[in-house]
Amino acid sequence: MRFVDEYRDEAIARKYSEQIHGITTRPWTIMEICGGQTHTIVKYGIESLLPEKITLVHGPGCPVCVTPLGMIDKAVAIASRPDVILASFGDMLRVPGSSRDLLAVKAEGGAVRMVYSPLDALKIAKQNPEKEVVFFAVGFETTAPANAMAVWQAKRMGLKNFSILCSHVLVPPAMEAILSSENHRVEGFLAAGHVCTVMGYEDYFPISDRYRVPIVVTGFEPVDILQGIAMTVRQLEEGRAEVQNQYARSVRREGNVLARQLLSAVFEPTDRAWRGIGEIPMSGYRLNRDYSEYDAETRFEVTGIEARESPLCIAGLVLQGLKKPHDCPAFGAPCTPESPLGAPMVSSEGACAAYYHFGRYKKEKVAAEARGR
Amino acid sequence: MNPATNEEMKNAKTGPDPAAGLICPVPIAEYKNVLLAHGGGGRLTQQMVRKMFLPSFKNEYLEPLHDGAVVPFNGMRMAFTTDSYVVNPIVFPGGDIGELAVNGTVNDLAMCGARPLYLSAAFIIEEGFPMADLWRVVLSMQTASRKAGVELVTGDTKVVDRGKGDQIFINTSGVGRIEPGVEIHPNRAKAGDKIILNGPIAMHGIAIMSVREGLEFETRIESDTAALNDLVMTMIGAGRDIHVLRDPTRGGLASALNEIAETARVGITISEDRILIDEEVKGACEILGLDPLYVANEGKLVAFVAPESADRVLAAMRGHPLGKEAAVIGEVVGDHAGTVVMKSRIGGYRVVDMLSGEQLPRIC
Amino acid sequence: MCLAIPGKVLEIEDAVRPRMGRASFGGIEKRICLEWIPDVRIGDYVIVHVGFAISKMDEEEALKTLALLREVGEAMEELRIPEPEEHGGFPRPPGGEADAIR
Repeated sequence: MRFVDEYRDEAIARKYSEQIHGITTRPWTIMEICGGQTHTIVKYGIESLLPEKITLVHGPGCPVCVTPLGMIDKAVAIASRPDVILASFGDMLRVPGSSRDLLAVKAEGGAVRMVYSPLDALKIAKQNPEKEVVFFAVGFETTAPANAMAVWQAKRMGLKNFSILCSHVLVPPAMEAILSSENHRVEGFLAAGHVCTVMGYEDYFPISDRYRVPIVVTGFEPVDILQGIAMTVRQLEEGRAEVQNQYARSVRREGNVLARQLLSAVFEPTDRAWRGIGEIPMSGYRLNRDYSEYDAETRFEVTGIEARESPLCIAGLVLQGLKKPHDCPAFGAPCTPESPLGAPMVSSEGACAAYYHFGRYKKEKVAAEARGR
Repeated sequence: MNPATNEEMKNAKTGPDPAAGLICPVPIAEYKNVLLAHGGGGRLTQQMVRKMFLPSFKNEYLEPLHDGAVVPFNGMRMAFTTDSYVVNPIVFPGGDIGELAVNGTVNDLAMCGARPLYLSAAFIIEEGFPMADLWRVVLSMQTASRKAGVELVTGDTKVVDRGKGDQIFINTSGVGRIEPGVEIHPNRAKAGDKIILNGPIAMHGIAIMSVREGLEFETRIESDTAALNDLVMTMIGAGRDIHVLRDPTRGGLASALNEIAETARVGITISEDRILIDEEVKGACEILGLDPLYVANEGKLVAFVAPESADRVLAAMRGHPLGKEAAVIGEVVGDHAGTVVMKSRIGGYRVVDMLSGEQLPRIC
Repeated sequence: MCLAIPGKVLEIEDAVRPRMGRASFGGIEKRICLEWIPDVRIGDYVIVHVGFAISKMDEEEALKTLALLREVGEAMEELRIPEPEEHGGFPRPPGGEADAIR
């Protein structure tokens, strides 16, 4: 596949790995924001190619992991209604709520349908006029324009049986929350390349300046990640704190102007609770006044649902990089991918799931073998 | 299992009940209802099999939990297997449920090293199912069984009320004969064995997804459904020390290798760059965010072969139409018993774990 | 949030709003929304997330980056990465056009 395979080239990856080994003189902790980047790191075994001194912390860049428990419970409540079809991305179907997840609702007879695109949810609404179709609109800024388009289209078409359960979150406020928390250890960031494709990266300059951290907008293929890490380590070693764009083939400084215009037309920023972290001001989107009739929370009167997190789950500390998954007393038992207590164990790129799968194999041994080849 | 026992099991508390001969093995707190994931071929299926079915029917022929059971019959060894086909849609690019039903059971027998001989077929048909579609399925089964060289010798038909069955379900069972000297089962995997895969993966699962509602995309990908018994006989002819055969169906290559690693308590190392994937299949996996290692196959097998015979077996496979692209993808190692490790194409290492539930398309 | 892959634009449906089109991902064809890429042309590569094109692949940047990555091998002895400019545009390698990636 063009523009994909080239960034999975072993020789290039190896050279970057060697380069990072060559320039690293001190320990550094780098956080990658985006779940897709975590996925690549785990899938290609990138940590086994890095020097021991580099610690990668998996950030809260996974909508699965940070969607508040109460929001899952609302989705479950809505999906359980006989007059509703709930459409959702695949990611969200297995996230545990207070009592069950959406797949369990399906098992009990609820109409839960998986879709690839928000436009598919619109199609379901058109094809099922006698039902209410609710789309579980989660995601970061990358997905927000697509979800906005679905709502915009619904209004244009006068579609009355469509609404969205909106749980959008924004990256820059989350980064600031992490950087301003007392015990954080993050020294450099790989910023999310597709979020920045939509939003641009203007927002990162003040953050980089204020907290003196390098921020490198990074892509998603293994070579992108390695190059992004190399650029970050280079800055750290040289005492610089700048914003750089590794993913220039997709990201422009101003982002995608048309997509951002649609966002402003449909959404407005709002305070949002992040699962495991707590409320971060102005860190989410909600439908603005012009589109408020499409808000499923008000349409189905689920605004009052309370949620009870598992007291054992330390997801918040893990998501902020303050603790590692194996520091959690519940890690491995009772919390496993089959019976997760919190979101980072559910999502295949959640930090806990990644550690669960990889950590059973002796990491040092793997790294040693890799170096020996 | 009679319904009364089911009731008892549903209401049992966790922990041994001296009054009951059966202990409910899956803690009630875990799963009140069966989930789709329990049929996914991954960890949940394994759990259900190991904790519910195996202890309930305990006997030496079931224990190995291989694709088929090997039972003694009149001085020889008979392989016996059963499988049910519930695929939706029932017609998909490259085949239909009928063809799948024949090939799947033929393959399970072949994976025991058996020569498949006779099949049964039981149909559960939903009221209202078009007769023309039923003809199509039956004719597919006729063609497939002829191609595989097996005879369908007995069957059953049931019709259920509209809405109580998803169009058509088919169960096929099969028996075959294992020649003397052929010993193929997961426990035989040994450090040093070469692992050979006969061709590109993930075709069947993607072909199914391409017509499933909500995930439509246009593609020429077809299911790879095929009867592998002839290929297996060719391989056995080339080398008697084939230790394990497995066809990676639900749960994909990763699940099959994990099962073998766990059963035999061996470590497995594979290389991503040796595993073939067609370009379009790769594209589909990319769009949906699926890992091809976990996507179903229906015409593929992995063989664990003693290193001395690997070249001979590989050559024999490559001479066969279903093994033209056969390649060694990894080996059994003395380390990390029970775990499958993959060297990624960029040289890093990762653990390839068992699927927890169904693999779902993702956006993140 | 993150899963977006490059696809080659095969067809543009100008008459519909929002503007739609077809793209090929390694041979798989899918109908996608091109509303946010106003200057898209057939043959361009776009990055697609949940059925929407969110940016057009800058092929020049892609080739520059890849050419530089290949150069990394030569530069390795000095253990130096050539200094990337603020926007990540790398200087062209000496000696003319980078090899096209096929």
